[in-house]
Amino acid sequence: MANKNVRESLQVKLEKNIFGMYLFMALSVSLAGIVEIVPLFTNPEAIKDEVIATDGSTKSLLWLRSEGQALSDWKPGDGVRPLTALELAGRDIYQREGCYLCHSQMIRPFRDEKERYGHFSLAVESKYDHPFQWGSKRTGPDLARVGGKYSDEWHILHLRHPQAVVPESVMPKYRFLESALVDGKTIATHMSGLSKVGVPYTQADITQAPATVEGKSEMDAMVAYLQSLGNMIKFENGVTYRE
Amino acid sequence: MNLTEKYDLDVVKWFAIMASVYLVVGTLLGVYIAFELAFPFLNDLGTDLPYFQFGRLRPLHTNAVIFAFGGSALMASAFYIVQRTNQTRLWSNKMAWFTFWSWNTVIVLAVITLPLGLTQSKEYAELEWPIDILITLSWATYLYNFIMTIHIRDRNKVPHVYVANWFFMGMMVMVTYLHVVNNLSIPVSAFKSYSIFSGVQDAMIQWWWGHNAVGFFLTAGFLGIMYYFVPKQAQRPVYSYRLSVIHFWALMFGYVWLGAHHLQYTALPDWAGSLGATISLAMIIPSWGGALNGILTLSGAWDRLREDYILRFLIMSLAFYAMSTFEGPVMAAKTVNALSHYTDWTIGHVHSGALGWNIMVAAGAMYHMIEKIYNVKMSQKLLGIHFWVHTIGTVVYIVAMWISGIMQGLMWRAYDEYGTLAYTFAESVSAMHPYYVMRAAGGALVLVGAIIMLINIVTTIRRSGAGQTANA
Repeated sequence: MANKNVRESLQVKLEKNIFGMYLFMALSVSLAGIVEIVPLFTNPEAIKDEVIATDGSTKSLLWLRSEGQALSDWKPGDGVRPLTALELAGRDIYQREGCYLCHSQMIRPFRDEKERYGHFSLAVESKYDHPFQWGSKRTGPDLARVGGKYSDEWHILHLRHPQAVVPESVMPKYRFLESALVDGKTIATHMSGLSKVGVPYTQADITQAPATVEGKSEMDAMVAYLQSLGNMIKFENGVTYRE
Repeated sequence: MNLTEKYDLDVVKWFAIMASVYLVVGTLLGVYIAFELAFPFLNDLGTDLPYFQFGRLRPLHTNAVIFAFGGSALMASAFYIVQRTNQTRLWSNKMAWFTFWSWNTVIVLAVITLPLGLTQSKEYAELEWPIDILITLSWATYLYNFIMTIHIRDRNKVPHVYVANWFFMGMMVMVTYLHVVNNLSIPVSAFKSYSIFSGVQDAMIQWWWGHNAVGFFLTAGFLGIMYYFVPKQAQRPVYSYRLSVIHFWALMFGYVWLGAHHLQYTALPDWAGSLGATISLAMIIPSWGGALNGILTLSGAWDRLREDYILRFLIMSLAFYAMSTFEGPVMAAKTVNALSHYTDWTIGHVHSGALGWNIMVAAGAMYHMIEKIYNVKMSQKLLGIHFWVHTIGTVVYIVAMWISGIMQGLMWRAYDEYGTLAYTFAESVSAMHPYYVMRAAGGALVLVGAIIMLINIVTTIRRSGAGQTANA
């Protein structure tokens, strides 16, 4: 074709040169990821961690932990904190049992969701969630703010036999959680792993972990995790949490 | 010369056979968990064991269908197409067998680890880190062997690389990126790891992976299947070369943006979700470009559909592809998404793609390959039964999920005359029951179809035993 003095189109050249085509493909599929993902790492607004309070002062949404404070010193509303050892054990079970397949943890800013589940979720609330548990399907209700909504006893009855509490439920029974114990050493390893990817556990948190879960069942852990969900930030009227 | 002497087809054969086995396994799991949602006692059958509960089996179902069935079908067809369209043997037959054994090892490990609850809890990327490493190896050999086979072709005989190969290659490149990035994690034990990303960043990366597993694994790769087997079975050239060039590059560039539409109205910055939704709307053009290019290949030969069941599978798959790629952009539109997100509608949409498009086009391709490789005819009667059972099952499934999905969305946001929520969540769950039964029934028909396909393939191969030796 070239000797006919007709310039070959780029497409024709690529069809003859497989490595050239590979290169063009690799470039064309890369762009979207760069545009959509990179700003989430570079722009602090993507995970906004402070707000302007009604009195004009800046308030952190993260728990500002002082030197020497233990995880147990945190009070509801103090801000987003890492999970305690027992709650983390519960979260591991939540992952293992595939709870995220039927329950979301992401409330959208709609009137009905606010009334059903509570204030819409903020990015900072899942800052320490490796991996995220937002879910994609609500076969069961959203759990982003289930913490404090029911008593521990209710959760135990419900996990043992969901239909005994909610007759319409299609949830499986989790009686087997009661007979399994949480392993302290494993949780300590998990905490130190998470601290390597940015969850601010202190060395003291990790060393004390086995003692705090001593004798606890997986059921206790699961309930502790559920009760931790969604009440770390105290939402106030008149404060803009998201533009 | 016989086809089996000219090319390396043993590995193709085995991938095709395994794909039809895995289709039975994957749909069986799907039917079982569908019945669990309709009749929850099936979760533990009176025992205290967690292994058969929905939360443990659902990841196994998706992995079995997407990676075991879909992956094997893609590998069978890619290794077949790359040899035939480039008129050369595989660059390395040994390496193709490595791909076969490593891929099947991954599947066996999935069957063991997922029911045990060993999971990363990222949808369609549940497998833990050691298995992810094996997947990477297997996939890399698949990619390398494929490209090298094209590279060693005789350029005088085959100067241009045929379009089906572009689609396969695009899939291989993108899936490598997606798999590696989305599975970056810190291991804390042999079978437990935590994603290195968290919260909103992890969500975006997960759905960048999640949607492109659909966009590249289940779309680009399967379009590669379509671009070879539709023209072959119809014995006509592709309708438009120009259209295939345009929609190929539009797909390569455009599909990647869509992941963000899974996260609209969440804590992901609004601009990202809206950008994903906007490009989703635009994607209807390349998607329909591909569907039309396939369907119009038949123009002037429509009568073939009357007697050729394999062609029916291929053409019906394109009709479903066109339907679900229209539905996708509609569901990505913000107002629709506000209703459809978190509901069964999404499940229905995925299955109109998986059952209607992927299984049908792959079934057509595998029937075609078995006939060519073994030089025999499939049982036309079984082909006909499979076609109708599968089509009806798919339609029943999709319709059930449309009704239940839209109903859920409407019930959750309904208000009564006093301005309070009209329904509790539990009421919406019990309203789903009839549609969950209907969906399970539709799925059961698909399973019956898959079993018929396996029987047809196995008996056809056994029947061919004598014929083939005589030929050779």
